[in-house]
Amino acid sequence: MAELAIHRSSPRPQPPARPERIISLDTLGTVGDAARPLGPIERLANITMVRRLVVLALLAVFWEAYARYNGNSLLFPSLSETLAAFWDAATRGPLIDRTLNSLSVLAMGYGIGLLTAAVFTTLAVSTRAGTDLLSTLTAMFNPLPAIALLPLALLWFGLGAKSLVFVIVHSVLWAVALNTHSGFTSVSPTLRMAGQNCGLKGISFVMLLLVPAAFPSILTGLKIGWAFAWRTLIAAELVFGASSRSGGLGWFIFENRNQLETPSVFAGLLTVILIGLVVESVIFRTLENMTVRRWGMQS
Amino acid sequence: MAQTQGVQTLGGKASPLLVADGVTLQYKTTDHLVTATWRVSFEVFTGERFVLLGPSGCGKSTLLKAIAGFMQPVEGAFRLAGKPITKPGSDRMMVFQEFDQLLPWKTVLGNVMFPLLVNHRMSRNDAREHARQLLAKVNLTRFEDVHPHMLSGGMKQRTAIARALAMEPKVLLMDEPFAALDALTRRKMQEELVALWEEVGFTVIFVTHSIEEALLVGSRILVLSPHPGRVKAELNAHNLGFSSIGTPEFEALHRRIHDLLFTDKIETDLAPEAAHG
Repeated sequence: MAELAIHRSSPRPQPPARPERIISLDTLGTVGDAARPLGPIERLANITMVRRLVVLALLAVFWEAYARYNGNSLLFPSLSETLAAFWDAATRGPLIDRTLNSLSVLAMGYGIGLLTAAVFTTLAVSTRAGTDLLSTLTAMFNPLPAIALLPLALLWFGLGAKSLVFVIVHSVLWAVALNTHSGFTSVSPTLRMAGQNCGLKGISFVMLLLVPAAFPSILTGLKIGWAFAWRTLIAAELVFGASSRSGGLGWFIFENRNQLETPSVFAGLLTVILIGLVVESVIFRTLENMTVRRWGMQS
Repeated sequence: MAQTQGVQTLGGKASPLLVADGVTLQYKTTDHLVTATWRVSFEVFTGERFVLLGPSGCGKSTLLKAIAGFMQPVEGAFRLAGKPITKPGSDRMMVFQEFDQLLPWKTVLGNVMFPLLVNHRMSRNDAREHARQLLAKVNLTRFEDVHPHMLSGGMKQRTAIARALAMEPKVLLMDEPFAALDALTRRKMQEELVALWEEVGFTVIFVTHSIEEALLVGSRILVLSPHPGRVKAELNAHNLGFSSIGTPEFEALHRRIHDLLFTDKIETDLAPEAAHG
């Protein structure tokens, strides 16, 4: 009560009445460039690649130092030993062949997986029964690790590329189908109507409207599918590979471990990592820059 | 109340371009069947700027979507140039309120060319030429290679208008196209639309809930009552324009429409789901 009384009794502020101002903009002179250019170090630090390379270099130094201090190349070879083994295996050894083997199996499985996913999602967007089928199947199989199907695949298709392709298809299919379908269903009603209004229907509606509109989700599906497929492949190759005449990268790692060639095991792992990095940060990154980033659908 | 009242056709014996004949529209929400409009009848003639005006829930947007062919009347019919409307088509191009009506993966030019190419209306080169002419008309020439996400709201709507006009539709449908713009841009867009109409001479059906916009943009105004939408009046506004803002005629018609809309209280409690209708 007392406070209220004080507020009421204090005088209300009186802004002074002031003359109006009208300014013609061309009397202000030219507008100078107010932006400050960045220094060379700031500019360098803004490049993601540079920052990543610095992290990599630090890791490499740490690795080399630790391995030398440890001095046991059977358990933990140094970076230089690993690189030497890598060079040796790549130039004179079977590393390149093994890698190409793995990649060709991967490409086949990935391709078949994508085609199957396309069929499933087209079915799912065009009919309700298709939607039910896809959601039931993805709910069942998505949580099932593809590698768990390998014993069964070996039983059905025998030792060889067919079994590998089977598990890869399984690992790609559900991730891609699930993401594509959820991308399709989240296309805005306005955009759908605008598309129909422009005369799109049936398959042209799917290809010219739904696919590009859902492309951010599709791309996520492709990335997840790729990561699943690559892991599944290497894991599956660790289990066998000897009998499929030449074997893949996983087999290269397994073989060298058996011979206690630890630097070569590290070289094999390094190759797995390098390929993962290239696909992730070169292929998918370029695809992103060309599509969803350019379209402003992803920042 | 629900009938069209003694309309004097301005064009003498000319036959109407679009006829709504006792149209009742219903749509389902998760647990209601909502009647959006009830036996709505009106006629639109070539060259008219026909405004559907009413408060939220009078079914004016639903009416426009039905004209576009996205839904079918449960009673009555729409006829465009004598033929009943059954499905969406590019003879009735629509400009939506939402900015995401543009294809984000195409440039401004690509968006305007898109319906021309989908409908095989002309070759790619001709389509490009045609689209450029329309972009010049809506002052977007400098932005033709830009993707929609770089545009302001007003520019996006101008692109959508150019895309719709590129198809030379029999009737242009506009669903509150300027409602999401700021007040200054909205006024500018209204002026530009009328100027474009004077230059090109299209037929447009324009949905709005703003009496002022209806008076400025429309040549004839259909006033609808809410829940469900029924025709309350059909008024002439063809002699009103931007220069008549503040004149007694403008204020008088504004007042008349205001009274028409607010004589009976808006029953918002009946069907809350119909708010976007």
